[in-house]
Amino acid sequence: MSNNERPNQLFRNLNAKIASIPMILTAVVVFVGGTAWTVLYSFTNSKLLPRLNFVGLDQYHRLWSTSRWLVSIENLLIYGAISLVFSLVIGFLLAALLDQKIRFEDTFRTIFLYPFALSFIVTGLVWQWLLNPDFGVQRVVRDLGWTSFSFDPLYNSSIVIYGISIAALWQGTGLIMCLMLAGLRGIDEDIWKAARVDGIPAWKTYLFIIIPMMRPVFITTLVIIAAGIVKVYDLVVAQTSGGPGIASEVPAKYVYDYMFFAQNLGQGFAASTMMLLSVVIVIVPWAYLEFGGKKHG
Amino acid sequence: MRYKFLTAAFAATVAALNFAGPAAATDLEVTHWWTSGGEAAAVAELAKAFDGTGNHWVDGAIAGSGGTARPIMISRITGGDPMGATQFNHGRQAEELVQAGLMRDLTDIATKDKWTEIVRPKSLLDSCTIDGKIYCVPVNIHSWQWLWLSNEAFQKAGVPTPKDWNEFVAAAPALQKAGIIPLAVGGQPWQASGAFDVLLAAVGGTDAFLKVYKDKDAKFAAGPEIAKVFKAADDARKMAKNTNVQDWNQATNLVITGKAGGQIMGDWAQGEFQVAGKTAGKDYTCLPGLGLNEVIATGGDAFYFPLLKDADKSKAQEVLAETLLDPKTQVAFNLKKGSLPVRGDVDLNAANDCMKKGLAILAKGAVIPWTDQLLSQDSQKQKEDLFSEFFAKPDMTLEEAQKRFAEIIASAD
Repeated sequence: MSNNERPNQLFRNLNAKIASIPMILTAVVVFVGGTAWTVLYSFTNSKLLPRLNFVGLDQYHRLWSTSRWLVSIENLLIYGAISLVFSLVIGFLLAALLDQKIRFEDTFRTIFLYPFALSFIVTGLVWQWLLNPDFGVQRVVRDLGWTSFSFDPLYNSSIVIYGISIAALWQGTGLIMCLMLAGLRGIDEDIWKAARVDGIPAWKTYLFIIIPMMRPVFITTLVIIAAGIVKVYDLVVAQTSGGPGIASEVPAKYVYDYMFFAQNLGQGFAASTMMLLSVVIVIVPWAYLEFGGKKHG
Repeated sequence: MRYKFLTAAFAATVAALNFAGPAAATDLEVTHWWTSGGEAAAVAELAKAFDGTGNHWVDGAIAGSGGTARPIMISRITGGDPMGATQFNHGRQAEELVQAGLMRDLTDIATKDKWTEIVRPKSLLDSCTIDGKIYCVPVNIHSWQWLWLSNEAFQKAGVPTPKDWNEFVAAAPALQKAGIIPLAVGGQPWQASGAFDVLLAAVGGTDAFLKVYKDKDAKFAAGPEIAKVFKAADDARKMAKNTNVQDWNQATNLVITGKAGGQIMGDWAQGEFQVAGKTAGKDYTCLPGLGLNEVIATGGDAFYFPLLKDADKSKAQEVLAETLLDPKTQVAFNLKKGSLPVRGDVDLNAANDCMKKGLAILAKGAVIPWTDQLLSQDSQKQKEDLFSEFFAKPDMTLEEAQKRFAEIIASAD
C-alpha cells in the first residue's frame, strides 16, 4: 500500500471534522481548560478575585484540618452508600413488580416517576415540611394519639443526613425504576420461557440470568446515580441549609460557600479539586476495567 | 437557590428591555436583600424618593439574606453585568471589588455635598474609604447589640421582664416550665455567630472585643476572659434549644407571638415588631448591649455603585447617591427599617422607645466597629461555621470551641 493510493488521513471526512471543531473546542477549553485552571489556582491564595500568588499546599492543609470539610466528606459517604444501594434495590424491585403484566401499569409508572419531574428545591421544601416536627409526620402521628412519638430527623444532628437521603430516594428511585423496566423489557421473552421449561424459580431467574444480562443498564444507572451523589447540593440547601449546625454539610456546598460567600477562591478551588480527585479515583479503575485491555464487539 | 438567580436574571432583563425604549427617565437597577416585611416597607421609601427625582428605581430584591444575595451581586459585577447600584454591608465585603477597579469613585460627589461633615459617626465614612477615596454611601447604622424580649412571655411565666442578660439567664428555667423557648436563635449560621459577637462585647466588654477582632490577639482569645464569654454562649446554647426555625424573622416572630422569651438580634428586628403592630415598652422590651455594656456597633448598610459605561446611568447614580443621604429620605427610610440615620442633623421625633435609646448611646459616642469592618469575609465564614456547629451540638465542649475560635483568630486577616 503506497501513500499515493490513500489520501492523506488528515483530510478524510473533512466535513465531519470541520463540523466537530466547535464541540472539540468547547470540550478542550471549557472542560479541560477550566479544570486545569481551577487546579492551578487552588495552589494560590486567591481571595475574591483570582491572583497567581502561589502558596503551595496551604489551602489543602487548611481544608483537611477544617471540621466542616471532614463532616462534609463523611456525609457524602453515608449519603452515597444509601442512595446507591437503596435506589438500585428499590428501583429494581419496583421495575420487577411492574413487569408482572399488571393492570394500570401506566398509572403506576407515572406515579412512581412523577417525583423526578420536580426539582430538588421543590423536593427539599416538601420534605422539609413533612419532616418538620411541628407540622409534619410527627404531628400527625401525635394527633392520632401516640403523644410520645418522635420523628424529627432534620433537627437531630446525628441522623439529619438520613432525612435528606429519604427525600433523595423519593425523588430519584422513579427514574431508576424506569431504566430498569426498560432493561427488563429488553430481555427476550424466550429466555423466560426456557427458564420456566427448566423449572427454575422466578427469583433465581432474575438473580442469575436476567440481572447479568442487564449489565449495560446497570452501568448506565450507576453512572447516573454516582453523578447525582457527588453533586448533591440543592437538596441540602432547600431542606436544612447544612444544619443543624454543620451536621448536613456536603462538599459541593463547602465549595460554593467558600468561593462566593467567604470570598476565598483558593479554598473553594482546593475543595473542588478534591472532589474531582475523588471522582477520578472512582472512574479511572472502572474505565480501565470496562474499556481497557479487551475490545468489545 | 435557582429561583433567586432567576429573579435576578428576570430583573436584569426587565431593566435591559426598558433601556431599549426611548425613556425620558433613566432606569437604575438597585439590588439588595431587604425582603422581610419591615425591610420591604423601608426600601419602598428609598424607591419613592428616587422616583421623585424623575428617574426610575428598578427593584432587584434578592431573597435569602446577605449570604445568598452577595454572591449573586458579586458575580454579576465581576461577570460584566453590573447593576446600577447595590447594597452591601459597609466594611470589607466589597474591598476587593474596589481594588479591582470595578466600583465607582464617589469622592467628587462626597466633597461637593460635604459628606465628611454630615455623616456621623465618622467611622461610617471611614469604612467606605479605601486609599483615600470614597466608594459607598452609608444609609443606616445597624447595631447587633440588642436583646429583644417579649413582655407577654415573661408574664405568662410569672417572672418580671429581665433588665440584663444575667437576669434573663436566671429567668430561663421559669420560661421553660411555661413551655416557652427562652432564647430564639434561627438556624442560619450568621445568627449564631452574631449572637456570640454580641455576647463578647457585652460580657467581655469593649476592650476584649477589640483585642480579639481588631488586634486579632489569638493568645487573648484562648485566655480566661474569653472563656467567660464562652460560658455565656453555653447558657445561650442551652436556652436556644428547640428553636427549630431557620430565618431570623421567623425567630423574631416567635418573640412577637410570645412563643419565645427573647432574641439576640440586630435592630432590624424592630421593623418586624412594628409591622406586627407591637409597641416598644408595652409589648416588647429592648436591651441595648444586653443591658450589660451599652455600646452600639456601627455596622450597617451602604450602597455601592459599580462603574458603568452608560453616561445616563452614571448620572442617575449620582442622583441616587444624593437622594440616599437626603434628610427626608433618611428619616422615612430609617423609621421603617428600625435603624438609625447616618446623619445627626435630622429630626427623629417620630422615633420609638428603642430607637431613642440607640440614638442616645450614639450621641454619647459609645460606638464600636463591627466584625464586618474588622474581619475578612473568609474569617467571618469560618467563625459562622464554628458557632453554628457550637449552637447545634450540645456535646461540643467549651474548651474545644474556644480552641478552635483562637485558631480562627490566629489565622484571621
